[in-house]
Amino acid sequence: MAAKEKLTIGLVAKPGGTLGYKTGGWRTFRAVIDHEKCIGCKRCADSCPDGAPYECAHDGKKKKFCVDYDYCKGCGICAFECPVDAIEMMKEEK
Amino acid sequence: MAAKMKVIEGSMAVAEAVKACRPAVVSAYPITPQTHIVEDISQMIADGEMQNCEYVRTESEFGAASMIQGAEAAGARSFSATSSQGAVLMYEVLFSIAGMRLPCVIAMANRSVSSPLSIWNDHQDAISARDNGWIQLWAEDSQEAADMIIQAYRIGEDHRVLLPVMVNLDGFIITHTYEPVELYDQKMVDEFLPPYSPVYALDPKNPVTMGSLAQPEVYTEARYMIHQAQLKAKEVIEEVALEFKKKFGRYGGGLIDAYRMEDAEVALIAMGSIIGTMKDAVDEMRAEGMPVGVVKVRSYRPFPAEALRAALKDVKCACVIDRDISMGMEGALFTDLKAALYGKSKADILGFIAGMGGRDITIDDFKGMARKGFARIRGEKVTDMEWCKLDTDILPEGS
Ligand code: SF4
Ligand code: SF4
Repeated sequence: MAAKEKLTIGLVAKPGGTLGYKTGGWRTFRAVIDHEKCIGCKRCADSCPDGAPYECAHDGKKKKFCVDYDYCKGCGICAFECPVDAIEMMKEEK
Repeated sequence: MAAKMKVIEGSMAVAEAVKACRPAVVSAYPITPQTHIVEDISQMIADGEMQNCEYVRTESEFGAASMIQGAEAAGARSFSATSSQGAVLMYEVLFSIAGMRLPCVIAMANRSVSSPLSIWNDHQDAISARDNGWIQLWAEDSQEAADMIIQAYRIGEDHRVLLPVMVNLDGFIITHTYEPVELYDQKMVDEFLPPYSPVYALDPKNPVTMGSLAQPEVYTEARYMIHQAQLKAKEVIEEVALEFKKKFGRYGGGLIDAYRMEDAEVALIAMGSIIGTMKDAVDEMRAEGMPVGVVKVRSYRPFPAEALRAALKDVKCACVIDRDISMGMEGALFTDLKAALYGKSKADILGFIAGMGGRDITIDDFKGMARKGFARIRGEKVTDMEWCKLDTDILPEGS
């Protein structure tokens, strides 16, 4: 067995450690962005507590947003905030 | 150059000590009876007496505590002061500061907590914050409060400890009283207190994460480490007090202090400014031939269990005076002392709730408590816990 990593005082850690916590598994609803409606305003990304929405390539012409489902925990804030109602909260089928 | 003696307000004495410690950040939000401390510091900064110190006026005590948390995380020595409701508003951040092992120092001008609203002195604010990981030191007078600020940085910043320290001084009784105080020679303080050298600090060139999520696999260990640091602080507090004595010639005790405890059968035990009155009561009783002494608890967290056991080993009855109450139980120091002595001492222990919300406790009150201790030794019926001078006439029927 590999030696266990020692704790530091105050649990000071390397940066970016939370990237390892995939919170997507908590989700009951998934945020799905309709690229026809999305105007690329970035409000979903700014309001998401997990930074899950990100700018995607889409058709390469217009700025659109997608959701990283490793981290989207389905809170629905982005859907509430989206000015053009481009985000639908869809029930996860498990 | 010898340090000079000056008659100043207790708050000013604390401000002078803070200045001598060269903090890089002081955050401030006013609350009675603490306000004079941060007012005095702001004046010193405005007058150019405190170079390289950022004075931050915040929107609340939550902000004031968060500000010093951030400053310490960046490796800067910091200071703030608070009291009562303000301290309560800080509680969340106080836990977080201790958990992140940031050696901030706060002066707590002890005051009762609402409701009912009272601006006057008791110890409820700090006592209710006792489990957050902060070291709690309790001063007897202005001089000790000021000296404790300097010691607090040495204790908290010690790499064996790395915990925040709360210096408690009784609101109004110490903060607003003018007393002769010996001020500090900057060079001597610089020799006693080297610049803060953090183990970890925020630095954009070498980023780290602080205060992040701990899974169940490591949370217990993190809390255990804080507890161990508290226990380690016991020896550091004693060391620092002795070193301070060597350098400045003053000693208010280490974890505890004892007064006229030789052959004492009854001991009065408390924290804060009432110790002075208790010493007067003991002097009067000693003159009447009664073997009574005073034990001052100077460090409440870490709790000086071993030191108290040693100081009380020949005592027959210990009378604990609390200016606080853990509702539904009893005074906090009373409970803690009983726990420390359980199975290890034959001393009887009596608890007294006194001096709540600014009510005076007089020499006669303390003599009355000590007499109850002697009565208990003689086998007379004495209640275990008493509310001192409770005015039953004004209580409604059925209370
Ligand atoms: S549902 Fe919540 S977590 Fe998921 S993308 Fe929207 S705001 Fe973020
Ligand atoms: S808030 Fe709505 S419109 Fe704006 S980027 Fe997000 S999905 Fe697109």
